[in-house]
Amino acid sequence: MNLQHINIKFYLENPEAVDLAEYSTVFNSWIQQKRLQGLLIDVADYLHVHHGPGIMLIGHEADYSLDNRAGRLGLLYNRKEQLEGTNPEKLAQAVLAALTAAQILERENGLKFIGSEVQVIVNDRLLVPNTVESFDALEPDLQTFFTRLYDGAEHTLAHLNNPRERFTVNVKTESRFDVDTLLKNLSVEAAHA
Amino acid sequence: MKASNSLWREQPIESPFPELMREIEIYETEIELRKQGKIDEKLFAETRLRRGAYGQRYDNGQRWDGKETQTLPFPSSATELTKGVNTVWDAPGMQRIKVPFGGMNPEQLEVMAELAEEYSDGIAHVTTRQDFQLHFIHVDDTPALMRRLAAVGITTREACGNSVRNVTACPLSGVCSTESFDVTPYAKGLAYFLLGHPDVQDFGRKFKVAFSGCKDEACGLVNMHDMGVIAIKRTENGVEKRGFELYVGGGLGTVPHQAKLFDEFLPEEELLPTAQAISRVFARLGEKKNRNRARIKFLVAQLGIEEFKRLVLEERATLPQDPRWTDYLSEIHELDEKPLRPAHSLNGTPRSEAFDRWYKTNIFHQKQQGYATATVTLPLGDITADQLRALADISRRFTNGTVRTTVDQNIVLRWISEADLPEVYAALEVIGLGQPGAGTIVDITSCPGTDTCKLGISASRGLAGELRQRLAEKSHAMDEAVQNLHIKVSGCFNSCGQHHVADLGFYGVSRHSGNYTVPHFQVVLGGEWTHNAGSYGLAMGAVPAKRIPEVVERLTGRYVSEREKNETFKAFVQRIGKVQVKTMLDDLTKIPAHEEDPTLYTDWGDSREFTIGDMGVGECAGEIVTHAEFGLAAAERQVFEAQVFLDQHEYQKAGETAFASMQKAAKTLVEEQFYDVPNDPDRIAAEFRTRFYDTKLFWDEYAGGKFGHYYLRAHEKANEPYTPEEAHRRVEEAQLVIEAAHSCYRKLLAAKSSPKQLLGI
Repeated sequence: MNLQHINIKFYLENPEAVDLAEYSTVFNSWIQQKRLQGLLIDVADYLHVHHGPGIMLIGHEADYSLDNRAGRLGLLYNRKEQLEGTNPEKLAQAVLAALTAAQILERENGLKFIGSEVQVIVNDRLLVPNTVESFDALEPDLQTFFTRLYDGAEHTLAHLNNPRERFTVNVKTESRFDVDTLLKNLSVEAAHA
Repeated sequence: MKASNSLWREQPIESPFPELMREIEIYETEIELRKQGKIDEKLFAETRLRRGAYGQRYDNGQRWDGKETQTLPFPSSATELTKGVNTVWDAPGMQRIKVPFGGMNPEQLEVMAELAEEYSDGIAHVTTRQDFQLHFIHVDDTPALMRRLAAVGITTREACGNSVRNVTACPLSGVCSTESFDVTPYAKGLAYFLLGHPDVQDFGRKFKVAFSGCKDEACGLVNMHDMGVIAIKRTENGVEKRGFELYVGGGLGTVPHQAKLFDEFLPEEELLPTAQAISRVFARLGEKKNRNRARIKFLVAQLGIEEFKRLVLEERATLPQDPRWTDYLSEIHELDEKPLRPAHSLNGTPRSEAFDRWYKTNIFHQKQQGYATATVTLPLGDITADQLRALADISRRFTNGTVRTTVDQNIVLRWISEADLPEVYAALEVIGLGQPGAGTIVDITSCPGTDTCKLGISASRGLAGELRQRLAEKSHAMDEAVQNLHIKVSGCFNSCGQHHVADLGFYGVSRHSGNYTVPHFQVVLGGEWTHNAGSYGLAMGAVPAKRIPEVVERLTGRYVSEREKNETFKAFVQRIGKVQVKTMLDDLTKIPAHEEDPTLYTDWGDSREFTIGDMGVGECAGEIVTHAEFGLAAAERQVFEAQVFLDQHEYQKAGETAFASMQKAAKTLVEEQFYDVPNDPDRIAAEFRTRFYDTKLFWDEYAGGKFGHYYLRAHEKANEPYTPEEAHRRVEEAQLVIEAAHSCYRKLLAAKSSPKQLLGI
């Protein structure tokens, strides 16, 4: 199964302390300074929308947002352009991009992300239908990748089997991980890949 | 670009409108031809616009970042592939989706949710014309998106460009006690009759139609439309007849015009043919070169309504009979909506204070006893994919899926049993859509402005959001006269936010101060929303964008303290006069130096230092592409398809398609002289021979009549089977015939400007 258009969401530890309105300026400065890989185009403000995409940094290859879907604030990476490689490699690319953005927000803006919980969404219903069969087909790749990301720590993959929603898996580990550690684990993984 | 695009092409999609699927295939071929450089960028731009695929801010590949203008290095910039003049292929665009009369069902809401998630930014936006819009869409994704819409009976065709835009209608049609009758089936009938109609393909500008069930309420906004109709009943010889008061030549834009009365009573059976005749007159006589004067309002003003009417009636008399003019009338009651649950009143049901606030502003009691229509207020017209799905569920649970979008950028749920209203409110509250204030001062309408529009000067959405937040905080304590005012905001003078018909309207402008540009809004006061947008407001002066909330505060405050009994805001503004208003706002217009207050040099919701350098060339007007240019482009597309069939060794199809392309080119030329030539192959060939072959108009300087002969010979052999060799030859010949047709068309154009040239004098 060809995994494309991967979405990765890392949740914030202290959402109530975040003034999202400030992040329009922050994301605009990222465009100015070309802080991330890929072409960054514009900032979109959806703070007026209930449980919406919050503040978005629109890119060509991918969008980033401080997203409040389902009432849980976090950093969402939405890969739009297609990727080459195996499924674990594509997962690594998406998670690496999300963590890189998260690390900047932690270091420069005082945000704190929960490293031990990740939401994975495949933003293409036809490519990867949200079915048990899709989960069965992708589970080995997901296990492979998250075993490496969590450095072998025990973790669970919970498939949200709702046919109206996109293919969604919540990944959780009881061990504590921060963004820096995950990035370190990923760079080891990248070296192995 | 989505990995699944090619998979959607192979999906067995059953559309209620199969012709829409073919239309999408044609569009997809045109995308391919543009990528191969076989379609000119200007023609492609109009092609995609007529499929609703619109440009978006920064699609010229440049963006002001607050310090300097950055070049955005899209991958396609390297190949210089464009999707219009100065419009980078890979740059995100907007997809407009037509929703005739705003009518939607739960399945359509769900598909809209999926498209918003998968192709856009998770948000669907309701427009001031009852359309939906999705932003940040890649043009390569648009065919797949259109296929998914077609599967639930929605088309994007002619959502933009110089065409008939979405036909709007009062969202309370069929349930409102003040209406003469339900205009829904007529709006639907006209929308689908004109969709893709040959007579609406050659306009110099867009054409907007609106329906209203009654004269006095606001909902239809008939007076500000190119063509507006109001339902009227008349009794003749004891028999009640349905008809319409017909208006033409209204419009907002930079120069607002009130529509002129065309007919006091147009019988229902004359609605479609009269619209067709109006379209023909507009296509024939409307301005084509100067887009600023190309709307029908200028033609009506130039000719005068009486002469315009005479020309339309003359045209009407010559129209070939079309059974579709009246076929739909026998089915008008099939659209009648039915409730899901029995009517019960709300009496005695326990109610919370929050519910009562919502009930007061968001509920409309239908003429059908015991039923209500609930307005779901969408902040700035935005709704998330999750909310769309939940709304679909709510509409299924409490109604038969009777949902409509509104020109106020909201959604209404119709046919709710009144006893269910507390449950409906609770369900809406859960998804954050239970805000009160529908139709009040907090329910602010705004165009996209600088957020996404290439023409935007100031941040209309930013201002609208700020005003909405401030006003909502104190709305329940407001004087009722203020609560009922309307605020509408446009990002520029083009009036997409309909600022002319608001009590307090604002449109984006800019002013210079030192070496800086300062975002401003022009204050427009006293427009009339009621009486179908009965009158337009007047500009009072420009104020820095950041001070507009203070403008609202002062004006509403003075209105409350000085208004006379039952005095409307419009009457109040007229009474105190423009000089007084200007005096009131004068101090707000003074701009302090940048060092003194830099906040005034940025716009609402945008931290960048303000510039107007990001403005681009708008696509509202579309490109002026003639009927003949479209026809010849279609012929080229067909010959391309014939080549594909050759590659696939499907020789019969290749030969037939190549012949069809020649015939299309020939017909296109014939239509330049004989517009109503029937779609009969023998007749087309005969007319072509008489008008273009025998007269040598089609002849080539060196090849003589050879290319014309190719077509005429192919016509004679049209029903014969094709060998591979013959199919190859026919494709080659078709290409030459189309080239010759282009050449001939250029001669015709030259002759129009200099008739002697055609005669060889």
